[in-house]
Amino acid sequence: MTDAAWIAAVSIATAGLTMGIGSIGPALGEGKAIAAAMTAIAQQPDESGPITRALFIGLAMIESVAIYCFVIAMILVFANPFWAHFARAV
Amino acid sequence: MHLSPDEVVLWRHGAIVLNQTIATTWVVMAGLALGAWLVTRRLTDAPTITPWQNALEIVVLGIRRQIRDAGLSPAERYLPFIGTLFLFIATSAALTILPGYHAPTASLSTTTALALAVFVAVPLYGTRAGGLRGYLAHFLEPSPWLLPLHVLEELSRTLALAVRLFGNAMSGGLIVAILLAVAPFFFPVLMSLLKLLTGTVQAYIFAVLATVYIAAAARVAPGPAEEGSVS
Repeated sequence: MTDAAWIAAVSIATAGLTMGIGSIGPALGEGKAIAAAMTAIAQQPDESGPITRALFIGLAMIESVAIYCFVIAMILVFANPFWAHFARAV
Repeated sequence: MHLSPDEVVLWRHGAIVLNQTIATTWVVMAGLALGAWLVTRRLTDAPTITPWQNALEIVVLGIRRQIRDAGLSPAERYLPFIGTLFLFIATSAALTILPGYHAPTASLSTTTALALAVFVAVPLYGTRAGGLRGYLAHFLEPSPWLLPLHVLEELSRTLALAVRLFGNAMSGGLIVAILLAVAPFFFPVLMSLLKLLTGTVQAYIFAVLATVYIAAAARVAPGPAEEGSVS
């Protein structure tokens, strides 16, 4: 394969791996967080407001890890710096 | 397909480039300012108020209650900054139902500017609440050895604020664009609905995180901290 083909193949495969592996942790974490919040709301329905707010903040924190992975994957596919370097050299 | 509205150039003259991010940002800002001016022009406390005043009161009182719940005591001091952040992000997300519109928050430049505003506002409000000495003392709070970690936390959470909002807004637009190529008619409508929901939630989260950061800086100063600050 040529250099360009190698860069393209490795970038796309890595983007998929980034998204796939990177979403395992946040998915498990969000599941645990939501389960804990549901239990807490079931035990104390009066406190559902503060619990929901803390849940949303925590979910945003957990989800940002997955979003970093998504941004990296998008950079690899659509705005690959190595690809631009190669295109300039040719 | 454009990754961000920065790449859509509307007008160019020499080195001055007017891209879609700047244009939509100014349109949203002008719309918000004009709407607020039109509604607050004739404020009354009569038994019957106009529906617009009623709607705006609900929004302002809701934001003030959220700030108060987060533990910032004179909520009116923090209301302009937090409320502006929330209304700008929520409006720019809600306007994505218009065709041809790209949310300005789908550009990393806009979200970086908003995160930098929070980055600057945290020490300003912290200094105002407890004096410069009180604010700086919280960097040495458990032990002076943790000073580098405190500085690193300030920087990393600013980066996290910017990239989180950018990733969410950008992914919404991109998913709809990809689905338009795969399943053209019905499915993108559902994803647009989901995008409206996540856009509003992200605006709420950005505002709540800014509130929490400001509260962590402003609460340390007067007297001993009563509980662990959320970072």
